[in-house]
Amino acid sequence: MKPAPFEYFAPTSVEETCALLARYGDDAKILAGGQSLVPLLALRLAQPEVLIDINPVRELDYIQANSDGLSIGAGTRHRTVERSSAVREQFPLLSAGIEWIGHPQIRNRGTVGGSLAHADPAAELPALALALDATFTVIDANGSERTLTSDEFFVSFLTTALGSGELLREISFPAFPAGSGWSFREVALRHGDFALVGVAAIVTLDNTQACSDVRIALFGVGETAVRSRSAEKVLIGQKPDKQVIATAASEIIKDIQPLSDVHATSAYRQYVARNLVEQALTEAIQRAL
Amino acid sequence: MASKKHIIELSVNGVRHEGLVEPRKTLADFLRDDLELTGTHLGCEHGVCGACTVMVNGEAVRSCLMFAVQASGQEITTIEGLATGGKLHPVQEAFWECHGMQCGFCTPGFVMSVYAFLKENPDPKEEEIRPALSGNLCRCTGYQNIVDAVRLAAEKMRETSAVPVPVAVKE
Repeated sequence: MKPAPFEYFAPTSVEETCALLARYGDDAKILAGGQSLVPLLALRLAQPEVLIDINPVRELDYIQANSDGLSIGAGTRHRTVERSSAVREQFPLLSAGIEWIGHPQIRNRGTVGGSLAHADPAAELPALALALDATFTVIDANGSERTLTSDEFFVSFLTTALGSGELLREISFPAFPAGSGWSFREVALRHGDFALVGVAAIVTLDNTQACSDVRIALFGVGETAVRSRSAEKVLIGQKPDKQVIATAASEIIKDIQPLSDVHATSAYRQYVARNLVEQALTEAIQRAL
Repeated sequence: MASKKHIIELSVNGVRHEGLVEPRKTLADFLRDDLELTGTHLGCEHGVCGACTVMVNGEAVRSCLMFAVQASGQEITTIEGLATGGKLHPVQEAFWECHGMQCGFCTPGFVMSVYAFLKENPDPKEEEIRPALSGNLCRCTGYQNIVDAVRLAAEKMRETSAVPVPVAVKE
């Protein structure tokens, strides 16, 4: 069906956006790429009274890459990240994961900030943010900013720590750890479908080829994307062979609570998650060597 | 209580149009109802089928997920804008020659997506074609002939590489 009526504003600056948020608070929803929000409006699962369209806010559209890491404006389209050679060189895990977001048409409009603020547990970007230790810069209706870690940002199903009247402004990724390998794996029914289960993994080896840092982020495994710290612990300080990897993969069960739905059962998701983690760790380690 | 209407101005297939729309009116509905360009189809109206695909500033987009107010000041290309002077675009010819359609409902969306894909990737590898089509659903064909049409269209577009971008087309 068609969306319910709403009032529409199209600010052209962050300042203007904040003023609108101050005025309308909980009655308003931010419209970025619209690839998640507009279907909700069309199905009338959401009926905000006011839509604040931030597509004209060009100051939110940027990728800044330097030796310290990467900063991406919340209004940056997925396709811009997909096509960025700087991201591909410095953050290949991010480039790899972005390609799995929906379809080309979705990536042409969808934004990094929008996907993260929407916080679908089956989405790629929240898991990538967790794996890459991303931080989130949020601005409120008065213009004051605060920064959150990925753990702080994702709270629950479609719920982030964004307060009423707050706007996600920027997402920062610290420099990809030197000597690291990475892997991104996803299982979906058809190419571009929502993930049934997925993994983003980073493994850093020291000069004795033992794991000095491991990040295993899973999506499609519960109410939010999840870092499996139980699995990561198994690998730290160890030289990762097949046995160690298998043990680590078996530990993820402690950190995930996948749901059953029309697409897959909880048991299936657990089974696939474990296999994907083994594959991802194997690939990440190979890349690190 | 209907919401206040907004005046919009946009270019569609090279022709300037004005409109007065409620904010909640999608670009798809504006094209179909206000401009009577009914080539853009509504298959699902919630962004999964791709039948509504148009190009906005040269990028393929689901027009059911954009509001007409957002298209103000932008350049839209619809399926009606591909053929020039009565001559089919190479992508359309390829779909015809490969029988890449049956009922034709999904076809405008596919043709626009393929056109956008081949503009960016004129010589696609075989394994790049299906992912490029993943955003468009077809219930009739089983996709085989559509994939063939993409291959043929790529060939045709490379041969006639000076295919003009549609400008000032009269419907």
